[in-house]
Amino acid sequence: MTASATAIPRLPDDSWPRRISRVLFAHPGLLLFLLIAPPLAWLGIIYLGSLFAFLAHSLFSIDGFTGQIVYEVSLDTFDRLLTAANLDVIARTVLMATAVTLTDAAIAFPIAYYAARYASPRAKAFFYLAVMLPLWSSYLVRVYAWKLVLAREGIIPWAAEQLHLTWLLEAVLGIPVIGGATLSTSYIGTWVVFCYIWLPFMILPIQASLERVPRTLVEASADLGAHGGTTFRKVILPLALPGVVAGSIFTFSLTLGDYIIPGIIGSSRPFIGQVVQSLQGTAGDIPLAAAFSVVPILVMAIYLTIAKRLGAFNAL
Amino acid sequence: MRSERIGRPSLGLKLAALGGIMFLHVPLGFIILYAFSTEERSYQFPPPDLTLDWFAVAWGREDIWAAIGLSVQVALVATAIALVLGTLFAAALFRWRHFGRDTLTLLVILPIALPGIITGISLRSAYGLAGIDFSVWTIVIGHATFCVVVVYNNVIARLRRSSPSMFEASMDLGADSFQTFRYVVLPNIASALLAGGMLAFALSFDEVIVTTFTSGQQQTLPIWMLSELIRPRQRPVTNVVACFVIAVTFIPILIAYYLTRDTHDVSGMGK
Amino acid sequence: MPPHDTAAGSVPAATVTRAMGDAETTAIRFEGVSRHFGPVIALDRVSFEIRDGEFFSMLGPSGSGKTTSLRLIAGFDFPTAGRITLHGKDVAGVPPFDRDVNTVFQDYALFPHMSVWENVAYGLMVRRMPRRQRREEAARMLAMVKLEGLAERRPGQLSGGQRQRVALARALVNRPSVLLLDEPLGALDLKLREQMQDELKALQRQVGITFIYVTHDQGEALAMSDRVAVFNDGRIEQIGSPRAIYDQPRTAFVAGFVGASNLFDAATAEPLIGEARAFAVRPERIRFLQHGERAGDRAVEANGTVRSVTFLGAHLRAIVALANGDEVKVAVAADQAVEPGSACRIAFDRSAINVLSDAPLGGPAPGEAAR
Repeated sequence: MTASATAIPRLPDDSWPRRISRVLFAHPGLLLFLLIAPPLAWLGIIYLGSLFAFLAHSLFSIDGFTGQIVYEVSLDTFDRLLTAANLDVIARTVLMATAVTLTDAAIAFPIAYYAARYASPRAKAFFYLAVMLPLWSSYLVRVYAWKLVLAREGIIPWAAEQLHLTWLLEAVLGIPVIGGATLSTSYIGTWVVFCYIWLPFMILPIQASLERVPRTLVEASADLGAHGGTTFRKVILPLALPGVVAGSIFTFSLTLGDYIIPGIIGSSRPFIGQVVQSLQGTAGDIPLAAAFSVVPILVMAIYLTIAKRLGAFNAL
Repeated sequence: MRSERIGRPSLGLKLAALGGIMFLHVPLGFIILYAFSTEERSYQFPPPDLTLDWFAVAWGREDIWAAIGLSVQVALVATAIALVLGTLFAAALFRWRHFGRDTLTLLVILPIALPGIITGISLRSAYGLAGIDFSVWTIVIGHATFCVVVVYNNVIARLRRSSPSMFEASMDLGADSFQTFRYVVLPNIASALLAGGMLAFALSFDEVIVTTFTSGQQQTLPIWMLSELIRPRQRPVTNVVACFVIAVTFIPILIAYYLTRDTHDVSGMGK
Repeated sequence: MPPHDTAAGSVPAATVTRAMGDAETTAIRFEGVSRHFGPVIALDRVSFEIRDGEFFSMLGPSGSGKTTSLRLIAGFDFPTAGRITLHGKDVAGVPPFDRDVNTVFQDYALFPHMSVWENVAYGLMVRRMPRRQRREEAARMLAMVKLEGLAERRPGQLSGGQRQRVALARALVNRPSVLLLDEPLGALDLKLREQMQDELKALQRQVGITFIYVTHDQGEALAMSDRVAVFNDGRIEQIGSPRAIYDQPRTAFVAGFVGASNLFDAATAEPLIGEARAFAVRPERIRFLQHGERAGDRAVEANGTVRSVTFLGAHLRAIVALANGDEVKVAVAADQAVEPGSACRIAFDRSAINVLSDAPLGGPAPGEAAR
């Protein structure tokens, strides 16, 4: 052994931290339990508990006279849910969610494609920040921005005037059902704002899955004689699809539940979120509010199952 | 040096990409513009004149300062709770090789995956049932619940990237669990904690949907802004506040980005 | 202490020579140790001894149980059955931080947020040695592994070889009685690996502690060790000095894994050597007989045709097909004239025959119910 003057100090053998460590090491299950108990208790009791308590109300009903909740299990409330007017609301919301998802996929794809395939590392950083900053900056601010832009005396009518396109603007506003008096009181306006707000949620997963397409695959495709367009259709697009589906989970789900945007921009015909909000608020009809809430949850559960099959979970 | 890019992007693609980015940012630009407009009763474009007066007016309004104070307070406490719970959860799932791992991951994601209105109403009815009055804590509980996943994502990404034998090496050299945590685990996840904390702060500061249900009469800044949107008083003042909010959330995001830049799982991607 | 040649692995306690005084000269003893992971059996009733101060290698393919054994010694894992003793003391339930054993990990596991000297001094820091002394000890260790001057760098700034030395210094600074090395040279290129092999061997001599070395590279194990244990499928097939393992492989697996061998089963053995027992012969022990030459009484001869000849620089490898269809590898000097397709006669001395047994050490005999 090398001659040396310093002796290595003995380990402090039986201090409390060490004794506890021995127990934890010998019983890894105990350590795991200690780690997971607090967050699990929080999420389980506080979150899941209140969630189930609320949703369970859909199985109760409201007494027509007193307005009090009758705590007897029945499907009456679901009966009340399935009226024409309510189904209208649901259909409206689902259609809007679909439209928003499709539009966002179309807008996001070129951005994600460019950023993933052609951008230099510096440009990638720029793109990344350019997408992240709006995403994380205030939701309300961004909705508000569109209220300005779409206002009657705002930018779009002014720009239309400058470009002599006022007739186009009025034609668009004149489209039945989705048009309206002004952009900010029409479905078109609502649709635009939804697309804008959720766009970053669509860009990021698509970009991530495009970046995961190995270059060698694209090269092999070219090597075997395929043109750019064919390579895109047959190689890149199918591999990017999980990312698109992953992004669509966000856009679809977030649109289904939102009540603020339709309240600020759009016609006065309500979406699911607004109905739920008014039901639990002044109307005090918690069972029906709960029944309505079940709808987006169910829709998303089905959507998520399909998405999982399409591999979207790996792209998240 | 051989370029990694295959072919060259078409002009159309470049324009589409740039156009998309502009679409994202131009509206924000208008907000900033309107903060200087002299017209206070409408959103007239182009604005008749520009002035800095509204900044002074905003500075003087008590309700704005109160709202900012509450938002900051809530965000700090919610972030602190989320840091603890998120780290514990990440540590547990990092070592968990058994059943139920997917379910647990789903559980932590759920608060952010389900529409905010559902979370908000659920909490509100729970408060009502339990007889809890609205307070800072009722807001904090809601915020902390969905901020946990942000911290969790960051910490577990960092853990997965570290060499697994590092923790074993520490114990092999004589350090017990506490020493290993203090000297090896904590320094390694520090950047993830900071990044996760920044993002959680931004998320909480901006949150409005769950907050409307859990705050009663109190006003956080987003709630203040919502009431201004529905019943505007001095429009440019709202814009001034919006500029402030953009700046305040800009900075934590930037920091979180630089902290996790050299990694593949850059912070914030799993919102 | 001169290395023994042992064909059997576990040495009964009575034959272990005790040094003057108290010290038990067995560093580590495994007694009937098994480790099951559910249905998977990583180690199956393994028993062996490692002596104080020896360079002991555990050799085998992946999944053979060598790394599992290492982790059991270090304390990261506990056996499902059996007993492990460290210097005579049973270490059941003793966590790694309480064991006088240190490890050099395969991926080095350096702490990226600490400088090189802080890494090396880590073991001393958790023992609360004052900072100045820690620094000196660390500096001394770094000098021993020839890394003076790099004390302030970060692991990320070092090359693979340098990181490996830091890991070594870090493990040695605590003066453990046993050092475990888990395939430490795997990530290095050939020249560096050979250099490190010499240095590790010299270091072990200098420091004098027991080194336990896990590898799948048989050349490495032969080059560095006092004794080698060959693992296969959760069992030890043979333990012995490198020469014993090489010259007298006990089983077909050892014969084939350590160096190259020609394996003959019992049926083909009969006409060749007169006994119906499986055996192996190294290619370099076989020679070609010239036309008309006889090999002698103690030699075995056979006729065959040369299938192929490969030039390997230092020697030729010829594949010869025997009359009974078996193919035999023959290694001869490069200046020999051997033509593919030609008829030939090969011979090997009886002393080159390694009779093979079926049973691994300590496991069930052939025919006995296994596992």
